[in-house]
This record gives sequence, C-alpha cells and structure tokens, in this order.
Amino acid sequence: MAARRTTRKPNVSADELKAFYKDMLLIRRFEEKAGQLYGMGLIGGFCHLYIGQEAVVVGLEAAAEEGDKRITTYRDHGHMLACGMDPNGVMAELTGREGGYSSGKGGSMHMFSKEKDFYGGHGIVGANVPLGAGLAFADKYLGNDRVTFTYFGDGAANQGQVYETFNMASLWKLPVIFVIENNQYAMGTAQKRSTSSADIHTRGEAFGIPGEAVDGMDVLAVKAAGEKAVKHCRSGEGPYILEVKTYRYRGHSMSDPAKYRTREEVQKIREEKDAIEHVRDLLLTGEHATEEDLKAIDKEIKSVVNASADFAKDSPEPHPDELWTDIITDVAPQNA
Amino acid sequence: MATEILMPALSPTMEEGTLAKWLVKEGDTVSSGDILAEIETDKATMEFEAVDEGTVGKILIEEGTEGVKVNTPIAVLLEEGESAEDIDTASSAPAPAPAEADSKETDEAKPAPAAAAAPRAPEPDTSPDWPEGTEMQKMTVREALNSAMAEEMRRDDTVFVMGEEVAEYQGAYKITQNLLDEFGSKRVIDTPITEHGFAGIGVGASWGGLRPIVEFMTWNFAMQAIDQIINSAAKTLYMSGGQMGSPIVFRGPNGAAARVGAQHSQDYAAWYSQVPGLKVVMPYTAADAKGLLKTAIRDPNPVVFLENEILYGKSFDVPVMDDFTIPFGKARIAKKGDDVTIVSFGIGMTLAMEAAEKLAEDGIDAEVIDLRTLRPLDYDTVLASVMKTNRCVTVEEGWPVASIGNHLSATIMERAFDYLDAPVINCTGKDVPMPYAANLEKLALVTTDEVIEAVKKVTYR
Repeated sequence: MAARRTTRKPNVSADELKAFYKDMLLIRRFEEKAGQLYGMGLIGGFCHLYIGQEAVVVGLEAAAEEGDKRITTYRDHGHMLACGMDPNGVMAELTGREGGYSSGKGGSMHMFSKEKDFYGGHGIVGANVPLGAGLAFADKYLGNDRVTFTYFGDGAANQGQVYETFNMASLWKLPVIFVIENNQYAMGTAQKRSTSSADIHTRGEAFGIPGEAVDGMDVLAVKAAGEKAVKHCRSGEGPYILEVKTYRYRGHSMSDPAKYRTREEVQKIREEKDAIEHVRDLLLTGEHATEEDLKAIDKEIKSVVNASADFAKDSPEPHPDELWTDIITDVAPQNA
Repeated sequence: MATEILMPALSPTMEEGTLAKWLVKEGDTVSSGDILAEIETDKATMEFEAVDEGTVGKILIEEGTEGVKVNTPIAVLLEEGESAEDIDTASSAPAPAPAEADSKETDEAKPAPAAAAAPRAPEPDTSPDWPEGTEMQKMTVREALNSAMAEEMRRDDTVFVMGEEVAEYQGAYKITQNLLDEFGSKRVIDTPITEHGFAGIGVGASWGGLRPIVEFMTWNFAMQAIDQIINSAAKTLYMSGGQMGSPIVFRGPNGAAARVGAQHSQDYAAWYSQVPGLKVVMPYTAADAKGLLKTAIRDPNPVVFLENEILYGKSFDVPVMDDFTIPFGKARIAKKGDDVTIVSFGIGMTLAMEAAEKLAEDGIDAEVIDLRTLRPLDYDTVLASVMKTNRCVTVEEGWPVASIGNHLSATIMERAFDYLDAPVINCTGKDVPMPYAANLEKLALVTTDEVIEAVKKVTYR
C-alpha cells in the first residue's frame, strides 16, 4: 500500500484497532454480498451500497455511548451494522422477507431498531435532518444526557430544511451532531457542480454552529473528531457539524452507469486511501496482529455474511396478512 | 468449490442485457471489486465487479452476446487449488427467476374491501356522546380547543405545543392563549417561520418519547411540511414493521376565511383523508372540537386536525365533565329526519343545518349527519341513514374533483345501491382557485341555496 498521511500517531490499543478492522470489514463484505444478491434478483428496487465510506460510521460509533441515537438517509446498511444490529435481520429486510427488521415492509431504505436507538433509513433527501434534531429535542426536553448523530450527504446539505434545522437546533441548543458524509457526489453530480462553497462544514457559521472537516478515510481521525463533537453536545453547548470527507466506490445505487467520474479516480482512492487497508497496515506494521490473525478475522466475517445471505434467502416472504398490519396502532410502540 | 458468475440485474426493472465486453480473460486472477465485464442494459452500459476472489476458469458467454437473461451463468470462478477441469458445465442452467413467487402471493393477498361479495349491513353506533342530564355550558370553539390542550398538558408532561406565535403572541388566532403562562416556555414554544423544519422536528420528538402538538398558523402553510406529515409521520409505523409510531397532532385553521385570496383559502380535507397511516378530524361544534382534540392528543398515531377560522368565535353547548372525550370514527346525527340525508363536516355543517331548517318550512324533513372524523370515517351511520331516506346530498367547502363527497357517493353506490331513489349529489366549492373579489368569492364557495336546490332535486320537488 502507498505511503499514507496519518494525521497523528495513533494512541490506540491493539484490541481497538482490531475491532475497527473487523467492523469495517463486516460492512464491506456485507455490502458486496448485497450487491451480489441484487444481481441475482433477490434484492429489488433501490439499493445504495456503503462501500468506501466504512470508516465514517465505525469511527463515530466508537465515540458514541449507550443511549445515544442515530438516524440517516437511504445509504443506511453500514450504520445499522455499526450500531450492532443483526446482519441477518438487515439482509433479510433487503430481500423483503419476514425475518427482516421491518418484516419485509421497509426494504433497503427503511429500517429501525428501538433497541439499538437506530431511527431509520429515510428515503427523502434532507428529511431526516429535522427528524434527527427532533430526537435531540426529545432528549433535551426529557433531561436525558444523550446526543443524536444525524447523518446526511453532501447532496442533502443543499436542501432548505437542513438550514431551517440548523437555525432551530442552534437557537434551542439541541444535542445533535450533524454528520455530513461528503462522498463528493450528489448522486452523479460532483460537489463542485452542485455546491457553491467547497467547505460544507462552514455552513453552520451563519447559525453559530461550530464545524470541522475530517478525513473520513481515517477511522482514528473520525473517532477523535466524534469525541470532540460528542463532548460539545453533551455538555449542553448545542449542535456541532462534522463534514467527513469520504468516497463511495460503487455507484449511487445499483443502477448507476458511473459515467460522471473516471475509473482511474475510483481506483486511485482505493489504492491510496482505503480505510480498511489503512487499519490493516497499522495492525501489521505496529505488530499488533499477524497476517494469520487477519486471515482469521476475514474468515469469520465471511461466514457471518454468508450466514446472513442464507438467512435472507431462507426466511419466508411476509404473510399476505402483513399487508394490512402496522398502518395504525393502539399503543405507540416506542412508549410500550 | 467453483462458483458460477451470473448475469446480474443492474436496475430494478432489468430482465436481460447485452454482455458488451469482457475485461478479464480465462486464467486471470481477480479480487473483490475488480471489474469483470461491461454490461449494457436498456438504460446504460455498466461495469460489473467481482465479489469474490479467484481465477477466471471459464467464460461461458462470449462478449457481444445480446439478450442474456438475468441469472444466466456467464463465467466460472475458481478458488485456490482448483483447475478448469473441475467445472461441471451441466450445472449451467439458469436459476429460476424469483419474481414468479411474488405474483402468486399478490393474488392470495386480502382483497380490497370494495371487492367483498355481499355488502355488510351497517351497524351504526348510536350511543350518546355524554350522559343524559349532564350540565352544559356555552363555549366558543376557540375556548374549547384551548381548554382541550390545557387539560391534556396538565394530564401528561410529555405533551407540548409548538408553532408560529403560539407563546408570547398568545396564538395568531388566540387558540393557545394563556398556555405560556401556565406551562412555561419549555412546553409552549414559538418557532421561526419554517413549517417544513419544525414539522420534522415535531415528528422526530414524537419518536423520542414526546407528544407534540404542532400548530400551523393555517393549513395552507403546512403544504411546505406535507412531506414530513405524510412520508415521515404517516408511513413510519408501516415501514418499521410496527417498531416506531408517531404520536403527534398537527392542527390549525383550514379552508377559506374571508377575502384572503387563493393561497390562504384551501380545504385539505380530501387531501389528507387519502393517506393511510393518518387520522383526520374536522370538527364543527365546540363540544366536538374539545372532545376530539383531547382524543387526538392521546392517540398514538399522527392526527391531522382541521379547524376553521370562521368557526373559532362561534358558541355551542359543551358538557361540563372532568374528562370529556369523543372517540374517532363516530359521526353525529345533528338532526333526525326521514326524507333525505345531508352529510357534511366542519364549516359545511353551517350550510347543512341552515338548509335543513329552510327545507322543513317546505315540508322536507332532512336528516343531517356531521362526520366529525374523516379518517376513520363512520360509513355505517351514513349508510343506515341513506337506507332509511333513500336520498343523499353531501356538503363540503373543498374542490369537487376527488372530494369527500365523491368517495361517499361511491361507497353508497357499492353498499346501498338498491336503496337509492335518486343519484347522490355532491355540493362542493367550485373548481377554481379562490378569488379575492367579494362577489366572486361568494360564487366560488358552496352556498345554502345550492344545498337546498340539490335536496329538491333528489326528492323530486
């Protein structure tokens, strides 16, 4: 692997590094498998893969505490795996089966887990931003010392409701971290063609919200920035913006012709900046792990992912009666 | 074990494609992420990546082949230690397309209620809304709404109200008057003028354990927030497989006021009533405003509560009770009668009642039904009445196309066709944006005279 600019010498334990490696690898292998199942017609509709961006969620989850909340857009599989949701349930939702997190009624873009404080996958660009601020509003109202990670992309950062939310979040000092996952393309439109300013993290300045840019291909840098943001929010200082510069290797969705960028551009990032290779390199050069250790992890992840695919294929389709359930409820399930 | 590489589906609708170009040849070693081939779909040419590592053992479909069905094996990938001889070409039959299972399931799915064989006989709930002999007091609709919110806020600390001018200004229409004094700025929250944003914050807060009341200064402005109301509030319970509900009330004045022009004068009753996952309420009397708003605040689902500015100052009898609520989905028979059924809701009831009074002078005894809740809708009370009177006129302020009246007409036709002695007539607002000029505005709105004329038509007078 090419020499890499690590922002600081990592003050991190071997166990933590190995955990990062494992968590990121799980996301990548899971997504590759999802792509494969899509190709086989087992996953339908829209399917947005997270490959390349793994360090963002894994780094930020390392900065989160029990009870902190997270909400994101439709590119959500990585977030679910990183917060500890079961790969079987996620994959079975992708195949639209009974064993999926939403009993097959949500699909790739719509899953929730109250247990893991994951408030969805949302399909309308920008809409999850006020929703995330609302979750933070509830925590503040109830006196909970928790923060909400609200993830969205560089494309969503141009939506009007994002700025309506910045204004209210700052005004009411809501404990929300706005995580802008800048993968440089809003679907197929490069940032410089869609966004008037290069530095999206400065967009909070007009509202008095501090922001910073982070190397999203370096999981340690992401974690460090996350810890700083969490401290700010948890101490009652109000919202914080993290613009995490990352890169998506695959298309926007499965049906992306990839004509808006060159193969060389993707290949260059893969070779020089890959987040998983980075940690692998740190593990090996720091003599925290041997090739054999890492092979064992690879094997373990492969079996978890294969098991999730088997589960997702074997789980039955939802019963036809499910068509008519969960439209209205007698008790709000989150309050039950 | 040698693995077959299958022709992939590269879009939600792709069934076959052209294998335009191979970027690897037999004997090449590939790892996950390497591009294997270019595949042309009906939309675009796309690159196809390897998901496993291995050696390309055999290419089964030559480049340039058109019409390759999805899931046809196109190559074989060998693992470490395998050779081309291990390839069993006999196994190269296309995998069955999983789509077939879907259509079968759909046929078995529960049919829509409309397809039911014999219409169910209506069973209207005729229980009184409050016990006989209950003390009554005069109250405006404004006071009724205000007291409903205050009572529910005293009862449940998680209930709060947010919106434009709800706190220090005391409510643009004074519905939240004095709430700030009693409950403080934590629970009575002035928002900036950003409907889209604060509606979304409200929905998020409802997921986080609160019971928000989101006031829209008028429902016209809520069009900026309609995505959050429908996509986030109404659909999340379903999309989450029942894990996450949205206990939230969206309320405010709806429909025409007086001379405020096209952008401030729209009735949204039919719009929101179309959406599964929402409950929709449109009260007329003060008692209903109070009882239904209290029910709405306690309901675990998102409720669209449509008020009316002209009705705010109107007084009605309201029962004096410690805890007075009215259940959703129960219509009210405002006046009993035998000759014709007039169905309305909200401000339309003003016209329905006026018309019924004048018709009585002509010897026509109309039964007037106030729907009160539009979703769930009390079909049974309407049907039972129509089966008795054999005639029906609906009255609403909204536009005529795809109106509540249209929906009622269809339901009556399906379930009470043989009882009808005349076609159902829908009296609605005119199919125009609301004009400003006083004379034109009058013409655009539905009138009592139009209701009377419609009743005379269906009663052949």
